[in-house]
Amino acid sequence: MATTGIAPRESSGQAGRKRIVNDMSIQVATVNGSGSQSSNTVLLRSIFQMGVPVSGKNLFPSNIAGLPTWYTIRANKDGYVGRKKEIDFLVAMNPETAQEDALSLAAGASVLYDEPLVLDRLRNDLIFYSVPYDKIVAAVCPEAKLRKLVKNMVYVGVVAHLLEIEMGEVEKAIRRQFAKKVKAANLNLAAAQAGFDYAKASLKKGDAYLIQRMDKTAGKIIIDGNSAAALGCMFAGCTVVTWYPITPSSSLVETMIDYMKEYRIGADGKATFAIVQAEDELAAIGMVLGAGWAGARSMTATAGPGISLMAEFAGLAYYAEVPGVIWDIQRVGPSTGLPTRTSQGDMLATAFLSHGDTKHIMLIPCSVTECFSMAQDAFNLAEQFQTLIFVMSDLDLGMNNWMSDPFEYPKEPIQRGKVLTKEDLERLGGFGRYKDVDGDGVGYRTLPGTDHPAAAYFTRGSGHNEQSQYSERPVDYENNMERLNRKFETARSFVPRPEIVKGNNARIGILAYGTSHWGIIESRDQLRNEYNIETDYLRLRAYPFTREVHEFIEQHDRVYVVEQNRDAQMLSLLKLDLKPDQIERLRSISHLDGLPLDARSVTDELSMMEGK
Amino acid sequence: MATTPPIESTPGGPKTNRIGLSVIEYKGGKTTLCAGCGHNAISERIVEAMYEMGVQPERVAKLSGIGCSSKSPAYFMNRSHSFNAVHGRMPSVATGAMLANRNLVSLGVSGDGDTASIGIGQFVHLMRRNLPIIYIIEDNGVYGLTKGQFSATADLGSKLKTGVINDLPPIDTCILAIQMGATFVGRSFSGDKRQLLAMLKAAIAHQGTVMLDVVSPCVTFNDHEGSTKSYKYVKDHEESLQEVSFVAHFEDIAVDYDAGSTLDVTMHDGSHLRLRKLEENYDPTSRLNALTRLTEAHERGEVLTGVFYVNPQAPSFLDMLNITDQPLATLPESLTRPGREVLEAAMEELR
Repeated sequence: MATTGIAPRESSGQAGRKRIVNDMSIQVATVNGSGSQSSNTVLLRSIFQMGVPVSGKNLFPSNIAGLPTWYTIRANKDGYVGRKKEIDFLVAMNPETAQEDALSLAAGASVLYDEPLVLDRLRNDLIFYSVPYDKIVAAVCPEAKLRKLVKNMVYVGVVAHLLEIEMGEVEKAIRRQFAKKVKAANLNLAAAQAGFDYAKASLKKGDAYLIQRMDKTAGKIIIDGNSAAALGCMFAGCTVVTWYPITPSSSLVETMIDYMKEYRIGADGKATFAIVQAEDELAAIGMVLGAGWAGARSMTATAGPGISLMAEFAGLAYYAEVPGVIWDIQRVGPSTGLPTRTSQGDMLATAFLSHGDTKHIMLIPCSVTECFSMAQDAFNLAEQFQTLIFVMSDLDLGMNNWMSDPFEYPKEPIQRGKVLTKEDLERLGGFGRYKDVDGDGVGYRTLPGTDHPAAAYFTRGSGHNEQSQYSERPVDYENNMERLNRKFETARSFVPRPEIVKGNNARIGILAYGTSHWGIIESRDQLRNEYNIETDYLRLRAYPFTREVHEFIEQHDRVYVVEQNRDAQMLSLLKLDLKPDQIERLRSISHLDGLPLDARSVTDELSMMEGK
Repeated sequence: MATTPPIESTPGGPKTNRIGLSVIEYKGGKTTLCAGCGHNAISERIVEAMYEMGVQPERVAKLSGIGCSSKSPAYFMNRSHSFNAVHGRMPSVATGAMLANRNLVSLGVSGDGDTASIGIGQFVHLMRRNLPIIYIIEDNGVYGLTKGQFSATADLGSKLKTGVINDLPPIDTCILAIQMGATFVGRSFSGDKRQLLAMLKAAIAHQGTVMLDVVSPCVTFNDHEGSTKSYKYVKDHEESLQEVSFVAHFEDIAVDYDAGSTLDVTMHDGSHLRLRKLEENYDPTSRLNALTRLTEAHERGEVLTGVFYVNPQAPSFLDMLNITDQPLATLPESLTRPGREVLEAAMEELR
């Protein structure tokens, strides 16, 4: 190739003068199964280690190997870690998608590509860097069959040079990535160094992007939501885990297996837990119910299709009042949908999962910190309210890497709810399982195996009276259903309260939940700075809605409900709770392309709806 | 059959078992099943077996699915917790309960529809795991609660009251259970008090999955001429592999038996299952033997009963999982929530 990779263009004449520091999104396009994940993680961690806020999002196909996959790293000095729509720097490693990837960039973006792809012929409004990967990798990796695996690490070195990421940090990240494999670490390090050296010798910086050391990540951790949830469940005292593999929830349980094996083996060498891979989701939730009924802190993790299969048992759990925790790592549906793309599409179905009059408590984490803390909340609430608690995470949160403050050790002791012991029964003489003794709708239960003749009761999905005896009497059924409703009303004051952020005398509000949060905080700034639109913001953290939700809507002229589904599912749930004049204030902003919500989409739509 | 006569606690007082309970303390509510239903006889045998074995009723967890059979746990052992689950999915609930509390004695009652049709998936997976459970199928070949449709255990050519002929082959739940890995598999008949009682007591002594298919005629929908699950048909076609007797570990073992004609199986708790051979070459420790003989029985039109397969030594699912001895359900927080140093170590790894 004649040039060293720079295709000059008009506006890039400023290159070298204009500097954009610690604010960019880098997209790496590779082939699924090519070992690119290690390289991406090393690049992410190198930036993180330099103190720059960063996030990594994996956009991958539903496939094991051979299909295109994209990884987006966003570095942002202001701490915006939501998805950024625009790509500033493309690393094009996949010949199949390279042309399309390059064509879809906005003018002025940079492209780092494999020399034979000759992408610089496509456009003249991009900044191109060409790298002969095969030549570079051949020089550092004598073993031909390993070259494919280390080729990706070469781009890390090239990017490090172009963005001025310190090689010391790259080395540290590589050593960490291949902690126990010294040989692999050395080989990868050599590849990265070769990339760096090549870039230094042959590429001329044509873009404005730079990474410079900051101090915004000191003490922080990087973790994905599923791992955070796994840790949270372990510290919540979970004892029984059942599961059926399904993307994107599998890694939650797989990580939990690792943690539990490491930290939950007793002094006798035996496990203080049981983790069982069930034959399907029907069995997984059946086991959760059996274990919860018998007194364990039991849970399963699944995604939309699993939620559908669990419907019948969910109704039984609601009506027979059995505790359990279900993690729904939402993905795009219906049916198989897009199993590797994110969504908030299960909210409505889960709220009322099953037949008959059923409704469920849902907790909605937005961050890895909340995956950890809400695990504690979920188990406590499940036992306090003797019902299923659904924790509504999603793929973006569950499977992507997020920066976070370290998690705080649980402050409160574990809450086991109303369970009568042998001693209690000796004192009381007996009990009515479904009797509302305390007026909060929650009865007292006993656990199987309680050594008292009056301990036993009959658990059933069929009609029952306060004594848990079979009953078809209309009044028994009605009383029981009214009590269940009372229990649900009580739960309103116990579920996590929303997070509310006030703007400056804002007349309009934004209501969002889960991972939409990251787009919203950025969008609110964009709305203020670009459109002079002040907003207040309420982030829902649970269903049923707490008092604050109604108040927030009451206080605003218009409330934009932002969610990642087509049918405005949370807005529909709100409508059931609100008065007609409050409902009129609601507006819907839907995002449903399977990609994490980005700020720009919200800003564009909201400003348009506000007539700006 | 060798059983110790129950001890008379106080002269003239009620008879009590080895833990001082009278048989009345093993009773349940009044049955709402049809008069003459085989299921009621099975409930009575369960009461006797639990009483005679001196099982603490509070340790027993009764589990069932949906159907006539699955209503029956309400009719025995009121002092035991019970869980009437959803149709065909009792095995998963039972599995969860045993994971939570390994000290429970779990007794699952299902029917042929609940097991062999809607529940076949959970059934075969339960059998694979060798979970400690006594799984009883009250097998009458029809759906009773929905008024008499064929189930998947109905024999080829069997006739409904309406005249409909079953033209699909039956699923033999004993064959399935043996193939899948259950470690105690037998078939009995609700009308055979002695055999069923001995098998139930042996079941209580077994550690692992017991699968008993008990043919239990439906007097309302399947007890007529042309049915292969009627009292008359079963009585006329029953072939017993063995004469089954049982000596509990707390009983006098020195009851004579002829080692040549009787197989003595030492159960996990030290009890003895004694099988006096009625068929010379039958070996209930061989899966292959069992499967061959059961297949033959279908060809010959026999209702074959007895203990088809037994392996008292196989590790249970709970052992395989290496679950701690104390019930997981009641472990204190000090054992289920790791300390601050663990969280700190985990955080450090992520920095």
